[in-house]
Amino acid sequence: MNAFASLRVALTALRINALRSALAMLGVIIGVASVIVLVSISEGTKQAVEAQIASFGANLLIIRPGSSTFGGRRGGAGSADPLTDGDVLAIREEVAGLSGVSGEVSASTTLVFGGINWTSRIQGVNPDYFTARGWIIDEGRAFSGAEDIAGRRYVLVGQTIIEELFDGANPIGQSIRIGAQPFEVIGTLAAKGESSWGQDQDDVVFAPLSTVRQRFGAGMSVTVRDAVSTIYADIAPGESTSRVIADIEDLLRIRRDIQPGAEDDFAVGSLAEFIRARNETESQLGLLLAVGAGIVLLVGGIGIMNIMLVSVTERTREIGLRLAVGARRADVRNQFLIESIVLCVIGGLAGLVVGVGGTLIYAEVGQLEIAIDPVIVAIAIGASAFVGVFFGLYPAHRASRLNPIDALRFE
Amino acid sequence: MPALIECRDLVKTYTMGDQVVHALNGVSLDIEAGEYVAIMGTSGSGKSTLMNLLGALDQPSSGELRIAGENVRALGPDAVSRFRNRTIGFVFQQFNLLPRTSAVENAGLPLIYSGLPHGERVARAMKRLQQVGLGDRTDHHPAQLSGGQQQRVAIARALVNDPKILLADEPTGALDTKTSEDIMAIFDQLNREGITVILVTHEQEVADHARRQIVFRDGVIVEDRS
Ligand SMILES: Nc1ncnc2c1ncn2[C@@H]1O[C@H](COP(=O)(O)OP(=O)(O)OP(=O)(O)O)[C@@H](O)[C@H]1O
Ligand SMILES: [Mg+2]
Repeated sequence: MNAFASLRVALTALRINALRSALAMLGVIIGVASVIVLVSISEGTKQAVEAQIASFGANLLIIRPGSSTFGGRRGGAGSADPLTDGDVLAIREEVAGLSGVSGEVSASTTLVFGGINWTSRIQGVNPDYFTARGWIIDEGRAFSGAEDIAGRRYVLVGQTIIEELFDGANPIGQSIRIGAQPFEVIGTLAAKGESSWGQDQDDVVFAPLSTVRQRFGAGMSVTVRDAVSTIYADIAPGESTSRVIADIEDLLRIRRDIQPGAEDDFAVGSLAEFIRARNETESQLGLLLAVGAGIVLLVGGIGIMNIMLVSVTERTREIGLRLAVGARRADVRNQFLIESIVLCVIGGLAGLVVGVGGTLIYAEVGQLEIAIDPVIVAIAIGASAFVGVFFGLYPAHRASRLNPIDALRFE
Repeated sequence: MPALIECRDLVKTYTMGDQVVHALNGVSLDIEAGEYVAIMGTSGSGKSTLMNLLGALDQPSSGELRIAGENVRALGPDAVSRFRNRTIGFVFQQFNLLPRTSAVENAGLPLIYSGLPHGERVARAMKRLQQVGLGDRTDHHPAQLSGGQQQRVAIARALVNDPKILLADEPTGALDTKTSEDIMAIFDQLNREGITVILVTHEQEVADHARRQIVFRDGVIVEDRS
């Protein structure tokens, strides 16, 4: 008997017991559907986190004086000495594996264009800042290192500024007044949207660091004339984050004259790692749920086995008859095995429909990120076929071992 | 030329706990091709046990059994299935049709295991259903057929593979007298066409259709008359 004839026999048997077949599938349907829903949701969350990390700069290190806010590392007191242009320069020159280093200072200020006012912060940065923080120049250009050192009054503006101040018109070449001083807009930045905590990331104005320091007094105190509030360092692709962090720490300890054994009075943090750590519990929860769904699938498989055993018992006389008229043991085994696989695969496909539907509804209602991965879908269907084989094998084997005489006489 | 069926000292014992039942206690018997044999005897005398052996559904505890030249005891389970499929047609007292399955599918069942394609199965099953007078009931399920009609479907199924031997264990046992006569008329016709027919019955009128009558008691043949 060929496989096609076996399939035919199996399908006929399933159709004859349609209601029972449907009930047997239920466990597999629920199992596959929940696997797909849960994995899609946790995958969506993960992708959202990665997108968030990318919007900050995927390989970004943040270096700040004083108490650490990243990675749970404890730093010294908040009154630690500030970081300076000299530190920026030293890190840029002496630490290998960095593709960009930038200091940052900022000042609160009011922007004026025509008759319109807009209160924002102006940030003074070095040219490396834009790639380090994942900013894309939309139109125009960034300033050069020379323009930075020269303290040119150039600004790059975010999309919110364009909306609020220029009513959406192209601002390149326009002159705006910032704190009573004229600045020329030389570039615009592509939108980043809202951060995960609801902050508008496009309400930004960037100028050369020395310009902001000179014009707004940012990062200047009586003792220190060249302070920066934060240093951003962008790790080049393929470089070890921990190695780079260690090198920066060693360098700064020497520059800041910290004795061996004493604690750092600065902190080097990886934002990506910080965010990943914060979301770790979430993704572990997703994994846990997926394991739970796998258990449901397992229970579904046991349900299939139960139904198949009942079916074999109920159809003992049928098996006896088939053996009597010429079925080989393998024919009988294949018939029940195929029935079990067909049950599970149809259940799996139904579960797929329910799962994808449920995921889409969840995304719609919950306004949450989802990601339906074709690989997961394939795995879910493959898993249900496997469940069919695994849990069908024993009942099918039992059926094939029946003796025709005893089977025919079975009441 | 050897007989179609050769039995030598067939013994079949069943062990239930510490009790041993000798269902057959040394049966020697030859049946030639084309014979029409009725087997009779009291309940529990071993008639069904012999039929199961003749149909290669079961193996003897000892003795020799050759059917159509084949030493049945030497065959493995799959070879025996194949042998049954090609050589033997069975008719059971309880019909044993597949429920919720059409007459034509039921009649064609053995052909699935002969590896015939669907179209040819249907064609052959139709031919046999017509032969037993059910050409107009081919799509009916067993539940939609009378007892006599169900037994005709079972006979069509037994014939569908052109067997050499037709075995029937109390084929009329579940039928009334009138219907029994109709079924026996079919067996008579089949035997006239050359098929070897062996049937078990309790009724003398049924046995009278056969040309040879064998009577069992306590697992042995006590009478064998032609
Ligand atoms: N599977 C079995 N296990 C144990 N004993 C059995 C089995 N099958 C048959 N027997 C015993 O073997 C003996 C012969 O049984 P068999 O079925 O051949 O009788 P029979 O002549 O067909 O009777 P009936 O006319 O009632 O059908 C009986 O005593 C029966 O109890
Ligand atoms: Mg009997």
